[in-house]
Amino acid sequence: MTAGARLAAVLLACLWPVLAAAQPVRIGSKQFTESVILGEIARLAARDAGVPAVHRRELGGTSILWQALRQGDIDAYPEYTGTLTHELLHDVPADAGIATLRARLQPLGIGITDSLGFDNTYAIGMRQQEAARLGIERISDLRAHPSLRFGFSNEFMDRGDGWPGLRRAYALPQTKVSGLDHALSYRAVASGAVDAIDLYSTDAEIPYYHLRILRDDRHYFPRYQAVFLYRLALGREQPAFVAALRQLAGRIDEPAMRAMNAAVKLDGRRDSAVAADFLGTRVEAGRRGLWQWQRLRQRSVEHVELVAISLGLALVLAIPLGILAARRRRLGQVVIAATGVLQTVPSLAMFVFMIPLLGIGTWPAVAALFLYSLLPIVRNTHAGLVGIAPELMESAAALGLPRWVRLRRIELPLAMRSILAGVKIAAVINVGTATLAALIGAGGYGQPILTGIRLDSLALILEGAVPAAVLALLVQGLFELVERRLTPRGLRLPARQ
Amino acid sequence: MSAAETAGGIRFALDGASKRYGDSIALQPIELAFDAGSTTALIGSSGSGKSTVLRLLLGLEHSDSGCVRVDGRALQPADVLALRRRVGYVIQDGGLFPHLTAMGNLALLPQHLGWAPPRIRERAQALAQLTRLPADALARYPAELSGGQRQRVALMRALMADPDALLLDEPLGALDPIVRHELQEQLQRIFAELGKTVIVVTHDLAEAAWFARRLVLLRHGAVVQDGSYADLRDRPADDFVRRFVQAQRTLPAAP
Repeated sequence: MTAGARLAAVLLACLWPVLAAAQPVRIGSKQFTESVILGEIARLAARDAGVPAVHRRELGGTSILWQALRQGDIDAYPEYTGTLTHELLHDVPADAGIATLRARLQPLGIGITDSLGFDNTYAIGMRQQEAARLGIERISDLRAHPSLRFGFSNEFMDRGDGWPGLRRAYALPQTKVSGLDHALSYRAVASGAVDAIDLYSTDAEIPYYHLRILRDDRHYFPRYQAVFLYRLALGREQPAFVAALRQLAGRIDEPAMRAMNAAVKLDGRRDSAVAADFLGTRVEAGRRGLWQWQRLRQRSVEHVELVAISLGLALVLAIPLGILAARRRRLGQVVIAATGVLQTVPSLAMFVFMIPLLGIGTWPAVAALFLYSLLPIVRNTHAGLVGIAPELMESAAALGLPRWVRLRRIELPLAMRSILAGVKIAAVINVGTATLAALIGAGGYGQPILTGIRLDSLALILEGAVPAAVLALLVQGLFELVERRLTPRGLRLPARQ
Repeated sequence: MSAAETAGGIRFALDGASKRYGDSIALQPIELAFDAGSTTALIGSSGSGKSTVLRLLLGLEHSDSGCVRVDGRALQPADVLALRRRVGYVIQDGGLFPHLTAMGNLALLPQHLGWAPPRIRERAQALAQLTRLPADALARYPAELSGGQRQRVALMRALMADPDALLLDEPLGALDPIVRHELQEQLQRIFAELGKTVIVVTHDLAEAAWFARRLVLLRHGAVVQDGSYADLRDRPADDFVRRFVQAQRTLPAAP
């Protein structure tokens, strides 16, 4: 215990993060290129209007951004009217205009700009050749080909205005429908792994992959006009920023957006450079000159911080819980079952659950990782203590030592190996799981992985995946060292006789 | 601290104490007293309840009925910790803690009692002489000691704080015959020198007779006979006692 507690204390002391002092305007974006470009445009527009702004890019999906905006964790983000009518606001007509939305958003403390000038609505796309061969031009033509395989983005699969509604509206018979990441679906359709995918009408890949967009002949898909949502309080706090956002309205048409998407996604240009070109401004020198190793260092700090703080906190709670579980059998089963249930929550869901409680950024990620760390440590502490030979427990009791002395001097040292093994498992799992924390704005090695998936860039994915793997190995090695140091020598000896 | 000089041991008594584990009866209500400074051997087959007697006396188990008396007073839960410090307890495999050296094992209780390190060292060295443990064995871990050395260290650990009584549960059960024989002699001498209340549990009649003048034979959790070896041999209380005595093998005569 003393050793474990000391380790936790050191980790906590070293890595307590210093929270940001000054508060610039915070712009969020979703985890797809267009949203990131729009976020970057908003940041540069704000900067040019003299308002310091930061862009928290690639914060996962709609619900994360919406919750973050409502809680004031971000100040603005690009959104689409169709998402508002179909997903975020439940009591507005599907064809509600921006004026209606503005009236509905106001009581929530949220403002909305006019349309930025383009629609990015859902559409269904197929390979040109395949569509021509089967004679499919309209979505209703799909009815005649029930064996076609669909690959839809996970969001499209679930939302009301996505696949379930589309299937009903067109009475589509297809049953081979699988969920895909949107960034991967183009490759899937191009390679013939699926026959039709959902896409956005401004996607850069449509011409690149020679896809045909099927006509929405029943006008099923709602309009998805691009807008910025922002906190109304910003009108008082940063009027210049709100004015700059409003000035973006009507300035981006569909070809312009598709071209910007293509410049980033297909030509590999930096999103900030593309955004700056659009605004006729320049990117700050400092951002462009950020060297790879500097980025790597920053991500490493973020990643290690996430793992170390969550693990440190977990030690403080999980070891006492494990002791309690070993002392009281009935309660112990409850504790282990409860931590086991936590473990079954999918990691992404766990991160998203934390947002209403802790917002976005480092802390909700730490909280999620903390909860994941509990089970292996509680379990192994419990197992280590329960596994002590009964005659040793009895000898300890017979010596006349009080309970806490027995625990400290005899039981915990005897259980130390098992406890450390649990901590090691928790640490290694955390290194992997923490890559998902980038989705809620906590940074780390997950950031280049997200961007890499979005831009279909293996190099970027490896930029995150390789250091994560190296860190996992380092952590493993470190704990093996600690294990050797903290496991009493007497326990490592083979028994004589 | 040297209680042996003043008190000369503890008087233990089981006053109608009984113990059962679930459906199986470990000890029937029993009346049994152990005088201060006396040496008694509890004998019987395994499962006869002899270990349970020691565990009740130490408060490691609570009797289902009756009570345990220590110097005439019924043992209360609040007094158990203080009692255990006045009693040394040695079990079959020594019960040494594998993560501590022999010295670390010896020092556990004295350290908790606040003894200064030199005093602990001196006491350990004195006991090493008493038990004839080689001095360099103190720095070793239990896994590095022989079985006989482990039992010596266990005995030393039990004696560190100079207890008023010594309870031994098959202390030599796991040793080979030569070491066992040697330790039997030493233990007999040590019991005599210290003048404490000693209760030793064994299933070996010869060993019991070697250690103690008073033998208590238990069977199915009840006392079958309480007397000297000669009593058991010459005036067995029943057929079981006769068979128990006869079951001790004597060496065949040389051809």
